[in-house]
Amino acid sequence: MSKTLIELRNLTKRYNDMTAVDGINLTIRENEFVTLLGPSGCGKTTTLRMIGGFEDPDEGEILFEGKLLNNVPAYKRNVNTVFQRYALFTHMNVYENVAFGLRVKKVPNSEIDRRVKKMLKMVDLEGFEKRNVDSLSGGQQQRVAIARALVNEPKVLLLDEPLGALDLKLRKEMQIELLDMQRSLGITFIYVTHDQEEALTMSDTVVVMNKGVIQQVGTPEDIYNEPINRFVAGFIGESNIIEGVMLEDYKVSFDGMVFDCVDKGFAPNEPVDIVIRPEDIRIVVDPEEGMIKGRVTSVVFKGVHYEMIIESDTREYLVQRTKMFPEGSIVGMNVQPADIQVMKRGSTPCSEEEEEE
Amino acid sequence: MQRRGRGRIAYPYTVWMVIFIVVPLFLILFYSFTEGDIHNLKDLRFSLNGYKKVLEPIYLKVIGNSFVLAGISTFICLIIGYPVAMMIANTDAKYRNLLLTLFIVPIWMNFLLRTYAWMSLLSPNGLVNRVLLWLGLPKLEIMPGKGAVLLGMVYNFLPFMILPIYTVLSKIDKHVIEAAHDLGGNNVITFMRIILPLSVPGIVSGITMVFLPAVSTFVISGLLGGGKAPLIGDLIEQQFLSSRDWHFGSSLSIILMVMILISMAVMSRIDKSEAEEERRKI
Amino acid sequence: MLKAIKRIYMSVVFLFLYAPIIVLIVFSFNKSKSRGQWGGFTLDWYIDLFKDRQIREALYFTILIAVISTVVSTIVGTIAALGISNMSKLGRTIVLNINNLPVLNPDIVTGVALMTLFISLRIELGFVTMLISHIVFSIPYVILAVLPKIRQMNKHTAEAALDLGATPAYAMRKVIIPEIMPGIISGALIAFTLSIDDFVISFFTAGTSATNLSILIYSMAKRGVKPTINALSTLMFVVVLVLMIIINKKKDKGEDIII
Repeated sequence: MSKTLIELRNLTKRYNDMTAVDGINLTIRENEFVTLLGPSGCGKTTTLRMIGGFEDPDEGEILFEGKLLNNVPAYKRNVNTVFQRYALFTHMNVYENVAFGLRVKKVPNSEIDRRVKKMLKMVDLEGFEKRNVDSLSGGQQQRVAIARALVNEPKVLLLDEPLGALDLKLRKEMQIELLDMQRSLGITFIYVTHDQEEALTMSDTVVVMNKGVIQQVGTPEDIYNEPINRFVAGFIGESNIIEGVMLEDYKVSFDGMVFDCVDKGFAPNEPVDIVIRPEDIRIVVDPEEGMIKGRVTSVVFKGVHYEMIIESDTREYLVQRTKMFPEGSIVGMNVQPADIQVMKRGSTPCSEEEEEE
Repeated sequence: MQRRGRGRIAYPYTVWMVIFIVVPLFLILFYSFTEGDIHNLKDLRFSLNGYKKVLEPIYLKVIGNSFVLAGISTFICLIIGYPVAMMIANTDAKYRNLLLTLFIVPIWMNFLLRTYAWMSLLSPNGLVNRVLLWLGLPKLEIMPGKGAVLLGMVYNFLPFMILPIYTVLSKIDKHVIEAAHDLGGNNVITFMRIILPLSVPGIVSGITMVFLPAVSTFVISGLLGGGKAPLIGDLIEQQFLSSRDWHFGSSLSIILMVMILISMAVMSRIDKSEAEEERRKI
Repeated sequence: MLKAIKRIYMSVVFLFLYAPIIVLIVFSFNKSKSRGQWGGFTLDWYIDLFKDRQIREALYFTILIAVISTVVSTIVGTIAALGISNMSKLGRTIVLNINNLPVLNPDIVTGVALMTLFISLRIELGFVTMLISHIVFSIPYVILAVLPKIRQMNKHTAEAALDLGATPAYAMRKVIIPEIMPGIISGALIAFTLSIDDFVISFFTAGTSATNLSILIYSMAKRGVKPTINALSTLMFVVVLVLMIIINKKKDKGEDIII
């Protein structure tokens, strides 16, 4: 297991009456791609900015390689940031932008030249040295911002929703490029985004946040397949969230029926939230063969699959299948025990969580 | 709505402009190159006497003085005003507008009254001298004189330096400054390499808005200079109102106009070339 | 520590800017005519101010000319701006460059040039010439304020109005003018302020028969200090302050006023 690089302990930040970050605890390792994921206002950007040194915490500590970072000013921290709107120096050309951090450190010119050119090659901007940054496209400006940060060889790169202003296709290309960069450089990336698909694509670890509190920490698969509460389940991917009761280990009851499931550890008859992903619900033509009976009330073709809404006695289910069942048909629905995810009721957050499964 | 024909509604104004803007300037130009009785057209003949007179030592001295005083006062306004603009720009958004307004309000006060106020303060029996006397310090004899004119210029034009610099500074994206810190630049480096270069357009604007009125004023020098520090403006006023040598006055006016146009051209060159220089840096 | 230095510096500059004005205000209540000694509180100078016919006359002229020149220059300037925005590039460049001359030229050159024009045409200097001069230097500022708004305006708004059946005149009234209104108001305010405050150009074009506040103050100041000027300054300062507060309150409420 790789070394701990950054530790956040009980980190808190308040603005007037509002608590943006509420006593969070988090461990970030070397060579890790960590994503802070959540809706706007959840505190992810504020957390990032505190690590970068642009905001001072009201309570708590930030430790970098074991040493307290709280009172160290931004310009002395060994982290670099890629800003949301690039924040390039418009009065300098591409070369000077990238070279800025090296010039500050009084690196000799010959070495600056070598490193800047190498970095421009890595972000695919060879030949752009003398270009005026205003004349570059959004994607190109983004790369200059990345080059400018990485040329300083930081141990940690902070990225604040860097791809938000790019169009979809470019965004997806850049996601892969960023991931490749992180892997080849072997440094830690701390990435902030509200786009859950982006988070699942790129990260080693996803930290889901809401209202200043960490909801869940885990690998993309864990977060997706085993969300621990309603918020995470609702935020990541599509889901059907159902209230039910955990009768006993491996048995849960909802919508008037009892289902086998694979979760345990709840109190007998504890009220729980259940999440079933739309792609995990199987449809059978004969309603009698299904655990739940229902009528198809809506069919939308999404390219990748059909998205259907099936109404049972008690609720509507969102179902995604490649096979279409026409509106009005009566069908049966089945779900495997492993696909029934039981969660504690309410969006109680977890504190420091390490997924060690 | 955007058809060419509609441009025609501007024609009446174009005629007005020719009558009241172009013709008067041509008259001045005409008079500067002639001599003789201005009321008698037949008497006028071509001559460079107006311009020759300008080259006389006493008059050259006046022109020189104007530039020197205007230059010094512009410099002082820059030195004093830039920090003020920075401090206002760094204030919380809540109070920023209020603070800016407070520093700008003086320019809304009548220009003459503000100059007159200093007359009152700096006169031999004025408040400043009374306070100095009370403190046991020597009397300040700058009024009337060059020193008072300089003070008057700085006082009148300081807000005009603060405003454009503030405007440019406040528009700098705060993330750009954070990026500079992020890359290792402390406050001094960030100021010298990022903030200052980016604020150059504001500085140029400020210099223009101070230097040009300063070099052509006659009120400040008239009221505070008392004849000891005549500037181009005083000279022109004299020629047209007292001495009645309109030819000489016109020559002076043309020269003033030309010098100002050159200064403005230089200013806009500096603004553009600063940016070019940074771009071309390897 | 740094904060303290900042505060002190700002306060010093602030004091520098306001001290003379405050001194004027304080001395406007000073019984003694002296410029340095306090002789007791009095409102005499304010009473003198209201009694002084010269001052009343100057004030009347000042406001009259300001109002007329503002109205005229705003109307003419707005129409001219609309025309200019439709001109060819060459036409526009020429017209705008000439238009900007009174803005770029020092006041004294504009004043002297206009005076020369009037005298050469044997027009007697007085109220009319002063008024014309104010209009001459105000219109360019109105144009400079309105033109950007016209450029910013969505070209398709007017077309949309025509598409929906409006006549050009109706479209002008109900669509274009309201959209450029902030620029028009801005221009009008600038014109008004410049006119009220103008000294140099008025000085040369008013002759002996007309006057305004600034000219009066100048001649009073040249002859020697009259304490009534202090009273006048105080009143003017109060008016300006009140206006500024009103304008800022409007800004806070979100009304679009561009200073």
